[in-house]
Amino acid sequence: MAPSIPIFPEQASTLASRVDNLYFFMLATSGFFAVLVTVLVVFFAIKYRRRHPDEHGEPIHGSLALELIWTGIPFIIAMVMFVWGASVYFALVRVPEQALDVYAVGKQWMWKFQHREGQREINELHVPVNTPIRVIMTSEDVLHDLFFPAFRTKMDALPGRYTQLWFTATKTGTFHIFCAEYCGTRHSGMIGHVTVMTQADYENWLGGGSAGGSLADKGQQLFSQFACITCHRSDAQGRGPVLNGLLGSTVHLANGNTLTADAAYVRESILNPTAKVVTGFQPIMPTFQGQVTEEQILALTEYIKSLPAAAAGSGGTGGAGASPAPPTPGPTK
Amino acid sequence: MTTTAAAPTALPARHYLNEQEGVKSWLLTTDHKRIALLYLFSITAFFFLGGFFALLIRLQLLTPTGALMDSDTYNKVFTMHGVIMVFFFLIPSIPATLGNFLLPIMIGAKDLAFPKINLLSWYIYVLGGLFALAALIGGGVDTGWTFYTPYSSMSSNSRVLTAGVGIFITGFSSILTGLNFIVTTHRMRAPGMTWFRLPLFVWAQYATSLIMVLGTPVIAITVLLMAFERVLRVGIFDPSIGGDPVLFQHLFWFYSHPAVYIMVLPGMGVISELIASGARKNVFGYSFVAFSSLAIAIIGFLVWGHHMFVAGQTAYAGLVFSIITYLVGVPSAVKTFNWTATLYKGSISYDTPTLYAFGFIGLFLIGGLTGLFLAAIGLDIHLTDTYFVVAHFHYIMVGGTLMAYLGGLHFWWPKISGRLYPDAWARLSAVLVFAGFNLTFLPQFVAGYIGMPRRYAMYPPEFQVYNILSTAGATILGAGYLFPMIYLTWSWFYGKPAGDNPWGSKGLEWETTSPPPTFNFDTTPIVTEATHQYGHHEEVKVV
Repeated sequence: MAPSIPIFPEQASTLASRVDNLYFFMLATSGFFAVLVTVLVVFFAIKYRRRHPDEHGEPIHGSLALELIWTGIPFIIAMVMFVWGASVYFALVRVPEQALDVYAVGKQWMWKFQHREGQREINELHVPVNTPIRVIMTSEDVLHDLFFPAFRTKMDALPGRYTQLWFTATKTGTFHIFCAEYCGTRHSGMIGHVTVMTQADYENWLGGGSAGGSLADKGQQLFSQFACITCHRSDAQGRGPVLNGLLGSTVHLANGNTLTADAAYVRESILNPTAKVVTGFQPIMPTFQGQVTEEQILALTEYIKSLPAAAAGSGGTGGAGASPAPPTPGPTK
Repeated sequence: MTTTAAAPTALPARHYLNEQEGVKSWLLTTDHKRIALLYLFSITAFFFLGGFFALLIRLQLLTPTGALMDSDTYNKVFTMHGVIMVFFFLIPSIPATLGNFLLPIMIGAKDLAFPKINLLSWYIYVLGGLFALAALIGGGVDTGWTFYTPYSSMSSNSRVLTAGVGIFITGFSSILTGLNFIVTTHRMRAPGMTWFRLPLFVWAQYATSLIMVLGTPVIAITVLLMAFERVLRVGIFDPSIGGDPVLFQHLFWFYSHPAVYIMVLPGMGVISELIASGARKNVFGYSFVAFSSLAIAIIGFLVWGHHMFVAGQTAYAGLVFSIITYLVGVPSAVKTFNWTATLYKGSISYDTPTLYAFGFIGLFLIGGLTGLFLAAIGLDIHLTDTYFVVAHFHYIMVGGTLMAYLGGLHFWWPKISGRLYPDAWARLSAVLVFAGFNLTFLPQFVAGYIGMPRRYAMYPPEFQVYNILSTAGATILGAGYLFPMIYLTWSWFYGKPAGDNPWGSKGLEWETTSPPPTFNFDTTPIVTEATHQYGHHEEVKVV
């Protein structure tokens, strides 16, 4: 818990100090100009105060040199701020390759987190310290925003899309999670905590286990339960494309387009199968809209990701990499 | 100037207020000055209604668990505060009142180009306002003034449609006012009133009018599409029926960011006049100040995406919007430096309007500089949707626009009413507004950086101290707003006659009587010099 009257947020991630340094630079620069203008206004107001009711000011029309100076200097400073801001931004959006994935689903009014190992949490998130964590998120209903003030990052969770953020926590402890995008009645109740644990504690916590096994295991069960398995066989003999090694591979569509398969593509193919039909296959798959939850789609995706890539067949012609590529959140269109 | 010495003892026998009398003469008037007063009356009513909601917000946030209301009520209160203040007070504020009153006089015209359309725009505004009130009385709206989808179109159970219709209708009054100002500025200038002799207030109104005409249709379209989705379930913004929620934000901010400049550009125009008159000096770098208004109006259309850095647009879109946002900051800096330089070797009064102008510079400075924080995309990720943003835009829209509006009202009140207000009260109020405003909103920057999200009915206890400071400041601010309401009303009936030119100022509006005759000038003025040319001392001596 923070001290009773904080004046500054805790720094608990690798990027917190980079964001704060930019903040201090902005404070110093804007502080300088605020003081400069204020001092000039006060000084002129006193020095040139009206001493006689009929007094007039001196007619001074302007100065091109001054105009150029006070256009040019703010412009240069603004560009420094832009470049600095952009470099911090790139650090905030570029996810380290070895990041651990956690899934978040926002709904009115709670955050549901799923770990790949199978643990599920509501409004609580446990993560290991000093480990890059990527949170891949979506929403079941309206817009939400997952905000970690101590990590200086946030991202909107949108229905129908995957977005992501990442952080590496540098301190063990408990920190706020806020919903930062207004979402209705209990928006201010859509808050929780992220608990940062030592690696050992985190292993212990994971060891607590979860009924139903890992997220991929759950996905496998769903894969049977929804009978996906009858068409999407791994031996290329099914009526649907082989899904082994799908994520990250290049998919050739019946309409001649190609795309790189990502989680959003998998999601769309489950909910709206005829939108992008793989070349060589008939648009016979029924929609699962309304039958499968966002969390189940994440489990299915995780399962597809876990399939051995070696058996890749006609579905994906790319996918040369042995390890399944992580889903790349981004616009679905 | 010849009028500063002899104290006038009576109003002119014939002026726009007494030439016709009765309710009908007001409701059917085509006189831009009377329409300005109709607007003044209506927007003041909305201002105090919106202010009442602000008071409720500040009381609620005194305690972490919410002192006053449940969450649903609070959500409606901050939504109605935003909707009323933005669409029914700030956007019409300066253009519809001071702009309406002054623009024709300042260019030496008898009226606006389309007087009947001017009256129509007021009726449209009132009709839109009635819808907003109906939404309020019918149970309120809880979407936030931004109406983000799919919450507004699919989820909210409140009076979204009624409020949306109100905003849709009111937009047309903006468009008509903008059109009227543009045509008037082009076609109705008095002989000799060239573009570069125009008062800077007129330049600012002109730039604002361009935004009104070009931008407002987009908010109408946006609200209409939202209504289609809400009523007919046409999938436009909700992904579950095939829409895109980010599209709504693009459309909404394509209008609503330029709308910030609709609010603040006229304020900048007012400040240019107040500084020039307060220092009895022409504004330093006139053409730079004039063109910076146009630059802001044009570049302001290209920065909407800076509201959406975490909304799911691509990283490259974010970068483009970030750099353009920095570009739009430069002309604002240029204006600020030029106002400051205008004071150099001036003859500076401490009259109420000048105090407001100083206050504007101070608050707009903080508002503008904190905008630089938010434009830095890597920093905005942390700051967006927190109280830092709330504080920033209140510094611009209240610290900027409202200070300018009040300053302008105090500057031209003697012209509008023909009477003087009690100066000591007015100065006290100006100081109260400045102090109260800072106490209200400075703590919110700190709370925001610590991470307090906006639109929270309840909050973690560590933010309480900042909320208590804010509420204390808001109380002072409230008093600072009530006083002018009281003493200006008083002065309307009992104030001392002001005379034509109580400030010893330059400008066509000071050459006619106070209040002016219905057609502003008895003979069309002929303009022979640029605006605010003081320093012809031989003229001054003629008392």
